[in-house]
Amino acid sequence: MGAVSLTNIVKRFGSFTAVHRMSMDIPEGSFVTLLGPSGCGKTTTLRMIAGLIDPTEGEITIKGQQVNDVPIHKRNLGLVFQNYALFPHKTIAQNVAFGLKYRNLTKADMDRKVRDVLDLVQLPHVAERYPKQLSGGQQQRIALARAIVIEPDVLLLDEPLSALDANLREDMRVELKRIQQRIGITTVFVTHDQSEALAMSDRVVVMSDGRIEQIGTPEEVYNTPASEFVSRFLGISNILDATCTELTADGLSLELPVFGRITVPKDRAPHVEGPGPAKLVIRAEKLLLADSSQAMEGRLALDGVVEAVVYQGQAARYFVRIGDRQLQAINMINERPFQEGETVSVRFRPRDCAALPGASA
Amino acid sequence: MGWPLIRVYTVLVYLFMFLPVAVVVLLSFNASQFGSFPMTGLSFRWFVELAHNDAILRAFRTSIVLGALTALISTTLGVLASLALVRYNVAGRNLISTLLIAPILVPEVVLAVALLLFLNFLSINKSFFLLLMGHVIFTLPFVILVVQARLVGIRRDYEEAALSLGASPVQTFFQITLPLLAPAVFAGMLFAFTISFDDITGTLFWKPGGVETVPTQIFAMLRNSISPEINALGTVMIFLTVGLPLLGLAIARRMAMQRGG
Repeated sequence: MGAVSLTNIVKRFGSFTAVHRMSMDIPEGSFVTLLGPSGCGKTTTLRMIAGLIDPTEGEITIKGQQVNDVPIHKRNLGLVFQNYALFPHKTIAQNVAFGLKYRNLTKADMDRKVRDVLDLVQLPHVAERYPKQLSGGQQQRIALARAIVIEPDVLLLDEPLSALDANLREDMRVELKRIQQRIGITTVFVTHDQSEALAMSDRVVVMSDGRIEQIGTPEEVYNTPASEFVSRFLGISNILDATCTELTADGLSLELPVFGRITVPKDRAPHVEGPGPAKLVIRAEKLLLADSSQAMEGRLALDGVVEAVVYQGQAARYFVRIGDRQLQAINMINERPFQEGETVSVRFRPRDCAALPGASA
Repeated sequence: MGWPLIRVYTVLVYLFMFLPVAVVVLLSFNASQFGSFPMTGLSFRWFVELAHNDAILRAFRTSIVLGALTALISTTLGVLASLALVRYNVAGRNLISTLLIAPILVPEVVLAVALLLFLNFLSINKSFFLLLMGHVIFTLPFVILVVQARLVGIRRDYEEAALSLGASPVQTFFQITLPLLAPAVFAGMLFAFTISFDDITGTLFWKPGGVETVPTQIFAMLRNSISPEINALGTVMIFLTVGLPLLGLAIARRMAMQRGG
């Protein structure tokens, strides 16, 4: 059993169901991210683990102990909010020491722990300041320090990086992950930002409409999406209707208009059970555009016309027409990006594709 | 209308509003027996006489005790009511809110008579306690309005963070919510005190025999004669009821600034 387990959790607000019968296990010491668009139930789930919301049905256990009826202040959790929520009328030292006051420590122990944790978040010199005297990034480090100094059983992070500006957010990702690994604390992280989820997590729980779409490592959810939603939510994908004609030891054969027959490796299509309608998923960065003259081994090649180009600096995003379909490709720029109206050869390897069952929507 | 005319007009309005008050303050320093112009000299004698007038001193004490108790009870009830209305999903929240604010909207005479008739109906005699309750009823809305407005602005995050760190709901209230709410609580208290201190309508109806507050005492004195002492008393009242809230608001603003708004 994991550090945190949810079993058949349901949460209804009036007639609205925010979370539909959800179960998951969060292993001790792991960094698990709940990822999904707003309104998918990820924050509701986090707040149920925290004890800020009671589940309508189901059971929550923390370290093997059922906590449904344990109020939040007895759950021993670390909670970090998007807006930091540092107490504005207390100094940084008082903020960090707040949780220690309820834990029967001597004054000397408290002071030592506050010093140690301020060192850990690399802000040893701000103890006597007030929160509003710190920058956003510093405040968020203090919020983290305040949450971990009490040595909680679980650290819950509710979009902690969303209020920071882009550059700082990248730095804080690294910092947060470093601290999490250093103290080995079980962490549940809520975000709508896929790159945060992929960069930091041991496991990603992709959610939509109150349901779990997929649980897996960042690579699993990225490379082997379990549903069309997952493949669309993470990165940019081309999803094409296809027909699965055959399932063999090598993989499954898909028939598509224009593309012809493509064989996708079996481990890239774990959810396709047999012949019938299916969907072919090609990541935008797996489609390579090239001049028609260049030859490439092991890749299928199709002719297409560039319809639009979005310049992104080191890479470019292309909208390419192939037959009656428009596909998206993201390629590193080699010397110069392809131009609108240019005819290109679009190439990809079948083994980079994934397939989904295809009850077409 | 040009700007000069508007300026003159504005000055006239202010004169109309404040000249009578200024006259009272001015005449309270008049040395003459008769509270009228021309002034015969500057003197503090009416203030001295005031300080030796037992009836007035008694009224003063009554008013201060009444005001302080009203402020205390109103603020306590007001904070609790605001917490319930803002932080909890109470059934009929809007109705309760309207009912609590209603005493501001009902004319005070009507409220005063209604409470008096109600007490008669219950065959309860007038007492200091009932006078106090009357004052609480019509100062409560002011406290609730002020405290509620601030409470809405205090994010729930702070309380949730405190709870997650192991503080019980009661500890959270005293450690986090109340300190953040302090400027509003303080302002509410001052409102309640000043409103109670210079109330006359309700007090005339509710006060038991023999109990006088400063306003009812002035009223009683005016019925006999217009003594210059009344001017002095008026001056003291003006400084108390205008100066105290101004001072209070200044302190509240400073507190709010220190607490990071």
